[in-house]
Amino acid sequence: MDTLARSETPAAPPPDVPARIQRPLRIMFEYAEAALDRVFGPAWNPLYFLGPLGFYYYWIVAVSGIYVYIFFDTGTTEAYQSVEYMTYQQWYLGGVMRSLHRYASDGMVLMMVVHIAREFAMGRYRGPRWFTWITGVPIFWLVIASGITGYWLVWDTLAQYIAIATTEWFDWLGIFGEPIARNFLTPEDLDDRFFTLLLFMHIAVPLILLFVLWIHLQRISRPRFNPNRGLAVGTFVMLLALAFVHPAESQEPANLSVVPGTLDIDWYYLAIYPFMDATSYGAGWGFAVAASLMLFVLPWLPPLKQPAAAAVDLSNCNGCTRCAEDCPYNAITMMPRSDGLPFDHEAQVDPDLCVRCGICAGACPTATPFRRASDLIPGIDLPQRPLRALRDDLARRTAKLDGPARIVVFGCDHGVRVADIEGPGIAAFSLPCIAALPPSFIDYVLSRDLADGVVLTGCREGECYNRFGVMWTKMRLAGERDPYLRKRVPRERLLTYWGGTLDRRGLSNAVAAFAARIAALPRFDPLRPGASARANARPDAAAPSETVD
Amino acid sequence: MTRAVAYIGQVIVYAAIAALLGGFATWPRHTHFPDDQALIKLSFAHSAKHKVACRKRTAKELSKLAPNMRRTLSCSRERVPVYLELDFDGAPLFRGTFAPSGLSRDGPAQVYERFVVPVGRRHVVVRMRDSTRSEGFDYEAQATLDLPPRRNLVIGFRPEMGGFFFK
Repeated sequence: MDTLARSETPAAPPPDVPARIQRPLRIMFEYAEAALDRVFGPAWNPLYFLGPLGFYYYWIVAVSGIYVYIFFDTGTTEAYQSVEYMTYQQWYLGGVMRSLHRYASDGMVLMMVVHIAREFAMGRYRGPRWFTWITGVPIFWLVIASGITGYWLVWDTLAQYIAIATTEWFDWLGIFGEPIARNFLTPEDLDDRFFTLLLFMHIAVPLILLFVLWIHLQRISRPRFNPNRGLAVGTFVMLLALAFVHPAESQEPANLSVVPGTLDIDWYYLAIYPFMDATSYGAGWGFAVAASLMLFVLPWLPPLKQPAAAAVDLSNCNGCTRCAEDCPYNAITMMPRSDGLPFDHEAQVDPDLCVRCGICAGACPTATPFRRASDLIPGIDLPQRPLRALRDDLARRTAKLDGPARIVVFGCDHGVRVADIEGPGIAAFSLPCIAALPPSFIDYVLSRDLADGVVLTGCREGECYNRFGVMWTKMRLAGERDPYLRKRVPRERLLTYWGGTLDRRGLSNAVAAFAARIAALPRFDPLRPGASARANARPDAAAPSETVD
Repeated sequence: MTRAVAYIGQVIVYAAIAALLGGFATWPRHTHFPDDQALIKLSFAHSAKHKVACRKRTAKELSKLAPNMRRTLSCSRERVPVYLELDFDGAPLFRGTFAPSGLSRDGPAQVYERFVVPVGRRHVVVRMRDSTRSEGFDYEAQATLDLPPRRNLVIGFRPEMGGFFFK
């Protein structure tokens, strides 16, 4: 029989190389998330908004860039002079805009790098998520290319350094008929029109970037483009303060008769150049190609063995659209009815997009355990972790519960390992996502007297592995999103606890305190929810009988 | 955690991010080129002589060609490679051959070489062979130059300017 929770974990295979890096990285991120949760709260935690913050920085770069463009002049001497004018003559606005342009660009790289590291650490780059992962790789290239062309435009000694190094780097490939680095041999070789071309590239590349960003988000439903207002305001104030405290400045004007010596390098964009100075242009290409290839193939190292995707049972699907509404990955489409039943639509799952989170089954109104055992086949379910098995498992394992308060814990595979907190009075069941649990199961556990209290736990609040699992669950419990938890369910017998994988002690303590509270409550009578039948009494454990609802 | 403490924590986090952004935007400094050295760039594009000398077409040969292709001289397309020597203070700094570009080897040879050299007053000699001759050189130039720290000395070549030039 399929079981959703296992007390005895089978021996795991030895971790592969990505997994060995992942684990410590994930622990590091979870500690950081916990710390920032305390300071910002889950709603403002910057680690939960890395992608939106990247977008936000992009727009600051775009707006400040438009302002800087108004005053920028293309020309071998005019470019530098126009930037100097903005920086010093018009420091209060032009200088600030230039600084915002630079630091927001740096912020974009910082957000991007942390975003990549975090998605890798959390394992959100494999299976159906491969598309989002690999479309992020060209985004990285384009952002770096945008930054390099921007630094080039200032035409100071740093620009001279990267102009020559970049052209020599490309010349190393031997694909150009004439070495392009020859454009920078002497001051006489430099053409004003070159700056016009460069400016065009500096504008065109970010526009291409925007298009690739759109592709990047194609497989995600309800993508977040903006951080919440508090985080946006805080980030902007930070950038503004930085612009005043440490304004962006040019270095000496470029002089092709003199080789640039010691330079202030923007390491966010230009780190490859010192690396190539220390090694060679060939090593620079080797690193760039190897790093890109590694990122491209990472989702298949090793290939992910996945269970079957969510499957629709048409005889139980009435085309209500709840599963499609709740799917975080656009894996479900509502199609015209194909089986002749009197409904307009039916759900159709795209296995290539389905991450097997089970949120669709949790949203399905037919996934109620109150149905007869033989009939618990929801309209949509995970074939290898069906809800029928969960109900059977509940019946079997709650029958053995003992103690003053019998607790059922529903957990998530990506949160605390709930099997670790099991005990004589606690039965734990892990699901692919906490939102894979239909709310009717909570009602079922309490009304059928399988336990005295129910605990729901999952990922850290604000950061669900499956994006919306925690949010949908909270909304279902609050009666704000279908399927609702029925009002008759006594809320004092329900505990929610949102923590990361490291929060075992917190969950354990919370469950213990909850159990103590439950033990002090009068016995719950589902027929008369307000009645106090027998304080502190442990009801007779009884296996659920086949009942109908 | 009280709200005041949380706000102070947020200010600290924002300050840390600002320090990270502002810091690595300019620091640590990178020394690309040391102050006690100079750079010589030997760079130009030059079409060497044809590998086989041109030959005058006969009247009979010309009549067989289409009117727009009746060129008097018949030349092989392939050019000889360019051979270059560069001496620095009397010692050889570079010896190399540059093949003509193009699939038919009929384009100019592209030269772009960098040499890091010590600063000071230095004597530089550059020679080039761009014909079928096996000994001697077709062009030669020399100069005694003051190379200050980080000077970027360009040695180019333009036949219309008389050959090599130092800039």
